[in-house]
Amino acid sequence: MEMKGIIMDGISTSFNIKDTLLKLFDDNIGSLSEKDTPEIAEMRRKAIAVFARQGFPHTKLEKWRNTDLSKVLNHDFSFPMEPQTQDVNFEEIFRCDVPGFDTHMISQLNGCFIDRGKTLLQANTGVIACSMAEAFIRHKDHIINHFGKYASISDNGLTALNTAFARDGVFIYVPDNTEVEEIIQVVNLIHSEGDIFVQPRNLVILGRNSSLKLVQCDDSVDDNTGFINSVTEVVLSEGSRLDHYKLQNKNNRSALINNIYFHLEAGANLSTNAISLNGGLIRNEANVKLNGRGAHADILGVYLMDRNQHIDNQVFVDHAQPDCTSNELFKGILDDQASGVFNGHILVRQDAQRTNAYQNNKNILISDKAVIDTRPFLEIYADDVKCSHGATVGQLDSEAMFYLRSRGISMENARMLLMYAFAAEIVNRISIPRLKQRIDDLVKKRLRGELSICEQCVLHCSTKEQKVVFDIDMSKV
Amino acid sequence: MEKDPNNILDEVTQGEYKYGFYTDIEMDTAPMGLSEDTVRFISAKKNEPEWLLQYRLDAYRKWLVMTEPTWAHIHHAPINYQDIFYYAAPKRKKELTNLDEVDPELIETFNKLGISLEEQKRLTGVAVDAVIDSVSVKTTFTETLEKQGIIFCSFSEAVQKVPELVKQYLGTVVPSDDNYFAALNSAVFSDGSFCYIPKGVRCPIELSTYFRINAANTGQFERTLIIGDEGSYVSYMEGCTAPMRDENQLHAAIVEIIALKDAQVKYSTVQNWYPGNKKGEGGIYNFVTKRGICKGNNSKISWTQVETGSAITWKYPSVVLMGDNSVGEFYSVAVTNNFQQADTGSKMIHLGKNTKSTIISKGISAGQSSNSYRGLVKMTKRAENSRNFSQCDSLLLGDRCGAHTFPYIKTENKTSIVEHEATTSKISDDQLFYCNQRGISTESAIGLIVNGYAREVLKQLPMEFAVEAQKLLSISLEGSVG
Amino acid sequence: MLSIKNLRVSISGKEILRGINLEVKPGEVHAIMGPNGTGKSTLASVISGRDIYDITEGEIIFKGKNLLEMSIEDRASEGIFLGFQYPVEIPGVSITNFMRTAINEQRKYHGLDPMPASEFLAKMEEKKQMLEIQAKLANRSVNEGFSGGEKKKNEIFQMAMLDPDLAILDETDSGLDIDALKIVANGVNKLRKPDNSFLVITHYQRLLDYIVPDIVHVLFDGRIVRSGGKELAVELEEKGYEWIKAEMD
Repeated sequence: MEMKGIIMDGISTSFNIKDTLLKLFDDNIGSLSEKDTPEIAEMRRKAIAVFARQGFPHTKLEKWRNTDLSKVLNHDFSFPMEPQTQDVNFEEIFRCDVPGFDTHMISQLNGCFIDRGKTLLQANTGVIACSMAEAFIRHKDHIINHFGKYASISDNGLTALNTAFARDGVFIYVPDNTEVEEIIQVVNLIHSEGDIFVQPRNLVILGRNSSLKLVQCDDSVDDNTGFINSVTEVVLSEGSRLDHYKLQNKNNRSALINNIYFHLEAGANLSTNAISLNGGLIRNEANVKLNGRGAHADILGVYLMDRNQHIDNQVFVDHAQPDCTSNELFKGILDDQASGVFNGHILVRQDAQRTNAYQNNKNILISDKAVIDTRPFLEIYADDVKCSHGATVGQLDSEAMFYLRSRGISMENARMLLMYAFAAEIVNRISIPRLKQRIDDLVKKRLRGELSICEQCVLHCSTKEQKVVFDIDMSKV
Repeated sequence: MEKDPNNILDEVTQGEYKYGFYTDIEMDTAPMGLSEDTVRFISAKKNEPEWLLQYRLDAYRKWLVMTEPTWAHIHHAPINYQDIFYYAAPKRKKELTNLDEVDPELIETFNKLGISLEEQKRLTGVAVDAVIDSVSVKTTFTETLEKQGIIFCSFSEAVQKVPELVKQYLGTVVPSDDNYFAALNSAVFSDGSFCYIPKGVRCPIELSTYFRINAANTGQFERTLIIGDEGSYVSYMEGCTAPMRDENQLHAAIVEIIALKDAQVKYSTVQNWYPGNKKGEGGIYNFVTKRGICKGNNSKISWTQVETGSAITWKYPSVVLMGDNSVGEFYSVAVTNNFQQADTGSKMIHLGKNTKSTIISKGISAGQSSNSYRGLVKMTKRAENSRNFSQCDSLLLGDRCGAHTFPYIKTENKTSIVEHEATTSKISDDQLFYCNQRGISTESAIGLIVNGYAREVLKQLPMEFAVEAQKLLSISLEGSVG
Repeated sequence: MLSIKNLRVSISGKEILRGINLEVKPGEVHAIMGPNGTGKSTLASVISGRDIYDITEGEIIFKGKNLLEMSIEDRASEGIFLGFQYPVEIPGVSITNFMRTAINEQRKYHGLDPMPASEFLAKMEEKKQMLEIQAKLANRSVNEGFSGGEKKKNEIFQMAMLDPDLAILDETDSGLDIDALKIVANGVNKLRKPDNSFLVITHYQRLLDYIVPDIVHVLFDGRIVRSGGKELAVELEEKGYEWIKAEMD
């Protein structure tokens, strides 16, 4: 194409977003850094320098070989620096009440926290759920102690970019020995007249022996192009417990880069589950550092993609201390021309004796045009370890197909049943019953092809329930 | 009382390199360093046809603009390519016609290696092509093979004898610009083995090549080309040793295998280049490109390797499964000890329908070594109903070594099945206690367990090699292991 | 043969054996019974030299030698055999190779040359026939993929091959059906000689119907609380361990 004149470090686009962003930073450094401590101001400067050097990741980089950002970056983006709230009917957009799914809902529009006047039931016990912008001012101690401490900027241009512009997003703090009873649900919506580039930054801090259930939903409201470069830092102090879900149901023109950095201290327990149902380009990077004895992480994911969608799951598990366990399982079904990437990397450091780590990625390709790249890596420097990994790519089990059809189930239904059963292994691990039921519904709808146009929030799926074939007890199959 | 298991591990893993002698043979060398002149010198020495000289020069020019790969999990000081002799041949006074005329020093060398040509010839019926510092010294058994139309000779000889075959296949599996080291080899390869099995012939004996680096500051760049014509079968073995020297020596070989319709080629390697001393000084840099193509339908290529030597091993014996129903196999045991580094594995590229590949890799790391499996399995769109199974296990002896697994899997069609499994573990205390309780010392127990762990691969080796491989496992992890 | 005096053993600070005294003479079969978790398996492991325990007091003398100063393999070469409750799998190592290594290492300990291959194979054959073991067992990897019964038979086979002076059978009857139990017991009975001894550790009296002991000990809470003839086992079976417990209180 004639248009592709500009080369940004290996990415060829018509718009030089990199220079635009660098200029935007220079122009706004005053307001960005206004509330900063000297350390954070310095961090921003370092971060933008890293981005200036590295730019956007391109396919010549080992970790990006199979995910090409050229196309999704090739837009005339606007870069909102302030929340745009004037012409938005919030009630209309956030109709996100799932019947029976009782949550404390936090809304973000175009990467900015929207205060809808709701307070947490446990606010008086010190639990905080507010905007990052507010946290930068009112919770400086937490910011100083944790902000930018886990999301390394040196090797990731996108995280560096986010750090440089970090301004708004969600801040959650749970004090020591506190169990948050409400499920906190963060709904990220993109709604814009034109193409938009947003960079939410979140920080979640769990005090000692505390616990939290957190659901992050990423949705699009309209059909405009959005590029979301999200970074979330999560700290799990000693003995704390986090149940975390990411639900992704984006339009096909959107690109979502979701970088999460989990930092676990001794005895902390993390369960994180990425459920990707739709999205033009989704890249989930989960970095899990097991930094204290006895920490445990379950890192799960399921992806169901079709058309030209692209899903990329990057999981880095760093066993930095002895006696930790991790369990990683990602399952995906790819149809049409969809492409999938799984890069798992388990690092067991020399001192991390008695590590027990497991990693598995299973894929089913439904169409001959779908493509999967999977790389389950193990890098091990300690000897007293039990590490194993596996990866499979295949099709639906022909014997199971035969069995179902021999019982009179049609080919199409048998196929759907087996796909459902394949995904159910992940869905069944959701420990919030109402959420599990919703996701289960959504997966079924997704498999029936009813979810392909997503106008609604994931948890507000208003399509009519249909009586379906799923009444069969899968355990008997 | 019980010895400290760590000490025992040290003892067990401190075996000496037993092939580190140096043979005093008069050498004929090219001037040190690499230039177009070096390339021309080598080509002229070998009296090569013009097309081959041009092939070399073309590769050399490509090499000049290429860079060393950096993606492997290995580290070494920069290699000075001008500090290497690219051609070193034992001086010969005349053409050798029978074994008795081979330089007695050489015979002695092979005796020390335990592969005396005489012995080989008489006892095992193995045809041996011995390559010392890049030049093929003597091929035994040629007459026996010739009767069946099998051509098994040095690469240089093949260039003279069957230039059309060489020209037809050279560089068709590993293009001269395939990678940095392949380009280097394509420019300066000095000799190697050539093997052609005619249509429908089942080679009655195991063919074997021994490689040895002898001279100092010498690089070894041998080139092997094996062609299995339609319906043929051959089992080919390769062994390597090098003397102990303080400096690192470069070995950048290429092996190309072509299997036509219904042909089967089995290639076995026992690689025992000098691994360097206990401090990590010296040793061979083994940067090798080995690749076979199952060109015809129903063909099969099988790689088996036992890697115990070299300071650094960088090699990925691969199979391009082009013909329908073709089969690729890779069986590997890689042992690293002291400061050795290995980044090795396989590539299985499925192009044809109903193709099958199997990868079995057993890594054993001890000392402060680093041992990585790296492999690619690719199912292209056309490769319908193809299958791959990979099993890559790592065994760690001691807590200062590393064991890594880097599989790459790419699938582009819905009917293929790829399965990859890997485990990393150490020898369990329960296993050691069980052996000890039967009166077996910890040292012997480790030997037993390691050999058991590698058995799946060792049993793929031809009989003559299996015994040697077991011995080598012993030497690498110490005498009693075996 | 074996003399244990006031043996006290703990693991991670927790005392498991609290002063064991035991005398086993050549030709005797001793049974050690007791409820789960009283230290039966610990005693077997300590005699054979497993090094995860702390021996805080006492001594074990075997054929006049101080066992506690010997390595595991030296004890084995001196003639101690442990039939494991849960034999570990050693993938890829054939039983033939395993036994040959064990026999030759033990011979080396006694200053003997390795056993010639033909003699070894003949011995394998002889013991297999004696124990009515199917030929296939010998070519398989040690315990890999064995059923519970096969593992235990394999232990008895190894015992026959190594011909120990003292064989300790740790819950050899657990997980066996009655046919397998008979084969195991017959094997033991065939191997009984005037100059070797057995220490049979079991939870149930069932095994002792087939391997008739000379002396029965009841181990409870780290101590031998009662010793007697084979009738003690029957009494235990009838009254249950609650009976001993009640007497202790």
